[in-house]
Amino acid sequence: MKNRKRLVENIVHGIFLIMGLITVGFVLIITVYLVVSGIPAIREIGLIEFLFGKTWASTAAEPSYGILPFILTSIYGTAGAIVVGVPIGFLAAVYLAKLARPSVKKVMRGAVSLLAGIPSVVYGLVGMLVLVPGIRKVFDIPDGASLLAAIIVLAIMILPSIINVSMTALEAVPKEYEDASLALGATPVETYFRVSVPAARSGIAAAVVLGVGRAIGEAMAVMMVSGNAPNMPSSLFQSVQFLTTAVASEMAYSGGLQRQALFSIALVLFLFIMLTGAVLNFFLKRSREG
Amino acid sequence: MKKLISAGLATVMLMFALAGCSSGGGGSKVITTDGSTSMETVIGSLGEAFEEANSGYSVSYNPTGSGSGITAVSEGRCDIGLSSRLLKAEEEEQGLVGTTVAYDGIAMIVNPENPVTDLDLETIAKIYTGEITNWSEVGGNDGEIVLIGREAGSGTRDGFESITGTEDVCQYRQMLTSTGDVITTVSQNPNAIGYASLASVSDKIKVLTVGGVMPSEETIADGSYVVQRPFIMVTKEDTKLSDAAQKFFDYVISGDAADIITAAGVVPAN
Repeated sequence: MKNRKRLVENIVHGIFLIMGLITVGFVLIITVYLVVSGIPAIREIGLIEFLFGKTWASTAAEPSYGILPFILTSIYGTAGAIVVGVPIGFLAAVYLAKLARPSVKKVMRGAVSLLAGIPSVVYGLVGMLVLVPGIRKVFDIPDGASLLAAIIVLAIMILPSIINVSMTALEAVPKEYEDASLALGATPVETYFRVSVPAARSGIAAAVVLGVGRAIGEAMAVMMVSGNAPNMPSSLFQSVQFLTTAVASEMAYSGGLQRQALFSIALVLFLFIMLTGAVLNFFLKRSREG
Repeated sequence: MKKLISAGLATVMLMFALAGCSSGGGGSKVITTDGSTSMETVIGSLGEAFEEANSGYSVSYNPTGSGSGITAVSEGRCDIGLSSRLLKAEEEEQGLVGTTVAYDGIAMIVNPENPVTDLDLETIAKIYTGEITNWSEVGGNDGEIVLIGREAGSGTRDGFESITGTEDVCQYRQMLTSTGDVITTVSQNPNAIGYASLASVSDKIKVLTVGGVMPSEETIADGSYVVQRPFIMVTKEDTKLSDAAQKFFDYVISGDAADIITAAGVVPAN
């Protein structure tokens, strides 16, 4: 009887182990596949020319494969989304965590979760039909599909992650800290910004990094509003292509070196996202350690 | 435990064998096609009509793009490859053969608010290469021309650029990944011009005449409308098609299929 029980325990243990290994296996397979398929094109094109070349013309008679425009666009686009999205998301989180009445908080939390659940193609579609023509009319430019349109869409898309993570961090601040501040005569608003926010700063930093991760990896919505011409991003109103959209828009019809180069772009993007992940872990760890 | 493993292996192998059958042909009644996204409507309706006339057969279509379809047939991953451009010389050297099924007219489209109604091929080329940048230069309102096109590698873009002789030099403002996106974008911007399969144009946008000729079945079939490209089926010269695939192939190039091809919005070649 006892043996049998141990056998069942072992089998269950084994099943859990296998499930865990499957997950690890997928990560390994994808990583290895990306590296293996991404390296050949970089070797053929040359690392410097690939990373710092300013022209991308993959299907031209004399093709050139420089992805600097994509790298810069991804960095500018993500930075822009952070600049626009973080203040809004952060203040919303302070309001929800500290100031809002329970009924208001419930409704707004629901709205934030709903925003997180909207598929990215819907963001893209609304951007294409409302935002792009809007930008064209407001700024009186020939066409509204631009870096600016992509930044606005990304800023809205990262709001839910920023709000949720910062809110959790703010709510985890011990009530005693705030009570002490209030007892010393500080007003509530002073207390939130001088005591609660500094106490939750690692969590808030983690929220920002999570936003970066989400923004840098988004393809669908961005592809529908950014114009996708591989220009160097020198103005907000220019038609631009991101690392993600370069892969997504050309993959379907690609072949030969062009396809290999797309895998190399994906590899560069993968490294960017790994870096973001490492930074995120660093902040989360600090936030747990207090 | 060993027994279990071998039983599992046998199942997996059986599954592979079955999968091999359904894609490879042999005695199967499944015809696999792979390629041009522009040919979706044509192949969809041809497949449906063929399945109705021959019960038990089924035609599958994988919309991957002309280049992928040609690769797929040369690697034996499908029975018939679909391409919306003629085969390149190097592809023909690999032993691939193209059979024209239909001709597709590429319509030049503008916003309905745009007063311009006609452009000739040379002017279109000048507009797309950035030599002409304002609608007033071609008889329209004052406004910068916004060039809308398709992504690198698209069959429609390849067709358009090879017909107008503007390969690699188009100054696109936007490169979109589907015909629908091009039509939507042009319908949103009064200064935009784009190109799209004639089969997919709608009343949201205005179709231009090219050199005075309106794209239509007649003008495409007789060659007077110049912005057009072939839809071809790609097969391997030295490999015999499966019986089912041969039957479908014969059906598509027969006169019986012409009505269905016409109904799909393109002009039959046979």
